[in-house]
Amino acid sequence: MTEVIKRLKAIVGDRFVSAEPEERYLYSMDQGTMPPAEPDMVVMPGSTEEVSEIMRLANEYQVPVVPMGGGLVLSGLTRALKGGMILDMKRMNRITEVNPKSRYAVVEGGTSQGMLQAYLKKHHPELKHSMPDAPPIATLAGNVCIHGSGHLSVLGGFHSDMLTGMEVVLPTGEIVRTGSCSVSADWFGKAPLPDLSGLFMGWSGTTGIVTRLGIKLFPNYRHNDLLIFVTEDPRDMPDVIARLTSTQVAEDMTPWMTPKPEWARGFMHINIAYGAHSKEELTFKRNLLQISVKDYIDNKSGGFLPMPPPQKGRFMQLPSPDLARFADVRKGGGFEYVGAIMAIEHFPEAYQAGVRIAEKHDVSYSMGARIVGAGHAMMFFYAYAFNRADPEDMARAQHALEETNSAALDMGGIPWKAELPAQQKIIEKMAPETFALMNRIRHTLDPNHIMNPGNWERA
Amino acid sequence: MKHEEILHRCFRCGYCKLPSNYTDINCPAYQAFRFETYSPGGRMWLLRAWLNNEISNSRRFSEIMFSCATCGNCVEQCAFPNFKDLLLEAFAAGKEAFLDAGQVPAPVRDYLTKVQLHGNPYGKPGKKRPEWAADLDIPVYSDQDHLFFVDDVGAFDTRGQEIARSVAKMLQQAGISFGIGSGEEVSDGNDVHEMGETPLFEELAGKNIEAFNQKGVQKIITLSPHSLHAIKNYYPALGGNYQTAHYTQILAFSLGSLKFQSNGNNQRITFHDPCYLGRRNWDYQSPRMLLKALPDVHVLEMDRNQKNAFCCGGGGGNFFTDLLSAEADSPGRVRVREAAQTGAEILAVACPLCAGMLEDAVKVESLEGRLQVREITEIMAEYL
Ligand SMILES: Cc1cc2nc3c(=O)[nH]c(=O)nc-3n(C[C@H](O)[C@H](O)[C@H](O)COP(=O)(O)OP(=O)(O)OC[C@H]3O[C@@H](n4cnc5c(N)ncnc54)[C@H](O)[C@@H]3O)c2cc1C
Ligand code: SF4
Ligand code: SF4
Repeated sequence: MTEVIKRLKAIVGDRFVSAEPEERYLYSMDQGTMPPAEPDMVVMPGSTEEVSEIMRLANEYQVPVVPMGGGLVLSGLTRALKGGMILDMKRMNRITEVNPKSRYAVVEGGTSQGMLQAYLKKHHPELKHSMPDAPPIATLAGNVCIHGSGHLSVLGGFHSDMLTGMEVVLPTGEIVRTGSCSVSADWFGKAPLPDLSGLFMGWSGTTGIVTRLGIKLFPNYRHNDLLIFVTEDPRDMPDVIARLTSTQVAEDMTPWMTPKPEWARGFMHINIAYGAHSKEELTFKRNLLQISVKDYIDNKSGGFLPMPPPQKGRFMQLPSPDLARFADVRKGGGFEYVGAIMAIEHFPEAYQAGVRIAEKHDVSYSMGARIVGAGHAMMFFYAYAFNRADPEDMARAQHALEETNSAALDMGGIPWKAELPAQQKIIEKMAPETFALMNRIRHTLDPNHIMNPGNWERA
Repeated sequence: MKHEEILHRCFRCGYCKLPSNYTDINCPAYQAFRFETYSPGGRMWLLRAWLNNEISNSRRFSEIMFSCATCGNCVEQCAFPNFKDLLLEAFAAGKEAFLDAGQVPAPVRDYLTKVQLHGNPYGKPGKKRPEWAADLDIPVYSDQDHLFFVDDVGAFDTRGQEIARSVAKMLQQAGISFGIGSGEEVSDGNDVHEMGETPLFEELAGKNIEAFNQKGVQKIITLSPHSLHAIKNYYPALGGNYQTAHYTQILAFSLGSLKFQSNGNNQRITFHDPCYLGRRNWDYQSPRMLLKALPDVHVLEMDRNQKNAFCCGGGGGNFFTDLLSAEADSPGRVRVREAAQTGAEILAVACPLCAGMLEDAVKVESLEGRLQVREITEIMAEYL
């Protein structure tokens, strides 16, 4: 390892390589419940060329490589399960292009969501990108790689659907481009080419390192508003969601259900965010949304929650720190969630399963969903808070998470950004030919099997 | 360790790494080194690991701890209102534990030894303290309204002395009644306190309180925001109760007595908020009032200003210990590049430590032709 470290320092500079116990300790774990796995070193590249050199070196010495952005995935995907090096990508945070007419931005692989948001606000206030509710230091690449979703997901689908192209360093060190940028100077989209970007998404950093990506931008409205629809019966939710999305007005729709505060217990809330260029347009859109669920209001099984502006403002904050604050519910700095991507008609059983599991394991929970596309799917989440200083509490949350993953799979859902045990469950359910194909592709891309090993492997 | 009960509550979510507008990394230590270990959350988790015997108190760990510039961005931005106010106190307690264990970086040890031996980090005798004012007609404090307290940098550093003189002249111009110390006073102890060296801080503060009380001091004007912080917030617990203000605050109140005239320069000025006046003591307006009172001056703001200001890297003793020096990623260098981007020709400061850090950075960045670092009263003097 001494030789590897010496050569890594020659590539990225002495200051950006560490094999010291402090970094090895801290990078061995994330905020979730997965046990620590220590890397041998942490490396922070500054350019695509450096990443490429690092990969060639890693192949030469057969050292595992784990790419990491914000490290906020919560499900332990940036742990070095087989040792080796963690590549902390956040030094590569330049925004290299914004195309205001074709509405896309090109950013480096370690650019944070917050920095792109700030950049657009300053230089292109008429544009915005879809922010996840992850803390703002989370990276665009990390989020796209896991098929994340965010504040424009009703409009634009998963964040991976908003991807317009990538520059990737393959496990063997070659630098490739996918999408229009592989043919043209413009990064407008993936069509009409074979979509090679898919090779790098949903694989938990096992197939390559994203060093640049193009992401779609959307109009940033001057007038923005939020409605909250409330109903008591989870069985109504699929139809309510279908009606609201059919208006094609909302940018974001997030149902939420929580036992605390007391006034919220037992109710299904749906936050519906929408915007407009003028006040008249905003009123028109609000009317469309309200009319779509009028039947529920007329028969008194649902209604819109009146909300004072300060509370509304809090709900509309992007990202919302309230989500991170859930980690302090047990005064213990921890939470993790199962986010299951599933068909919307499973909403009622998904909700009931969540209540059952939380009660069984006596865990502090919060549930919710993000609607993706015009009602094409949802990411249904079950978040469990735990006290990091109490191993028993942490174990309870872990058991609840495991059971939730199984329940989601039984419903036909698929755990998102799956932890190692959940990956195993998915592999068990996956068509064997699909898994075999995944392995063939992976072997072709990564013949020495050095990319984030341990993930997406049969135990 | 004091406040160890909050360590495990940190979620390591990283809100504290950024300003509220997310423009860029806003923790100077994390900006300089980029490893998660240097971020506020990293410090919290490492301290906890140390207390749990999962890691040991190595030299590097102590460098991580002492490189914190105590700028307060983490306290400002932490997403968790129930414990965010205690973050800096927890870090100071961690440093105190490192001091107790004898594990501190050499420059920190040297700094503390000098302060211990001489009452200042320059190793100069106390009687030389008032020499900065030798060529000025300023009385030693007896019965004036205020004591003008000049910190170690103002008393002993060449550039600091220039700034002290400029401020003193402006206070005179504004008709403020003040006298200066005669050399019994010692370091304000602020940075010693922030380094967790509580007994030494108490000794220093005790000496100053005795000196102030003997002279019957009731009101203090400080040159350095660091002195302001210590005297205002830490001295009362040790029996030192004074009405304390930074010189920009006194001058802002006295603006009516200062008559400015246009000098035809139409200067473009950007202001760098000192952490200990701004984020740590919530005054963002006094220095800006002074600049905005100058005729034909254009005050331009950096993207990170006021509560979002990016620290020069000199806080927490780093002005003396230089643990944050990190080539192009050094906080001072990052900050002067940001200042230059505004198009300003002057970077105004209100702290002798900021002046030193940023002037050095301007030289290293070869920005001398484009950007000049000036202390606020030096700019004001050109308009009188
Ligand atoms: C409070 C909270 C709220 C959240 N809300 C949302 C939400 O609303 N929507 C959402 O989508 N997610 C959400 N998340 C989940 C997650 O934090 C985000 O998806 C986040 O964007 C992940 O980005 P990251 O940079 O932290 O990725 P990391 O955790 O660093 O990495 C994620 C995965 O991508 C891989 N990877 C990272 N960078 C690269 C790269 N450059 N090349 C190749 N592979 C890479 C890693 O190996 C890992 O497998 C939330 C998390 C928290 C803590
Ligand atoms: S200090 Fe606060 S903001 Fe920073 S990581 Fe910890 S909990 Fe998050
Ligand atoms: S006080 Fe400043 S330097 Fe220290 S950890 Fe907080 S943000 Fe970083």
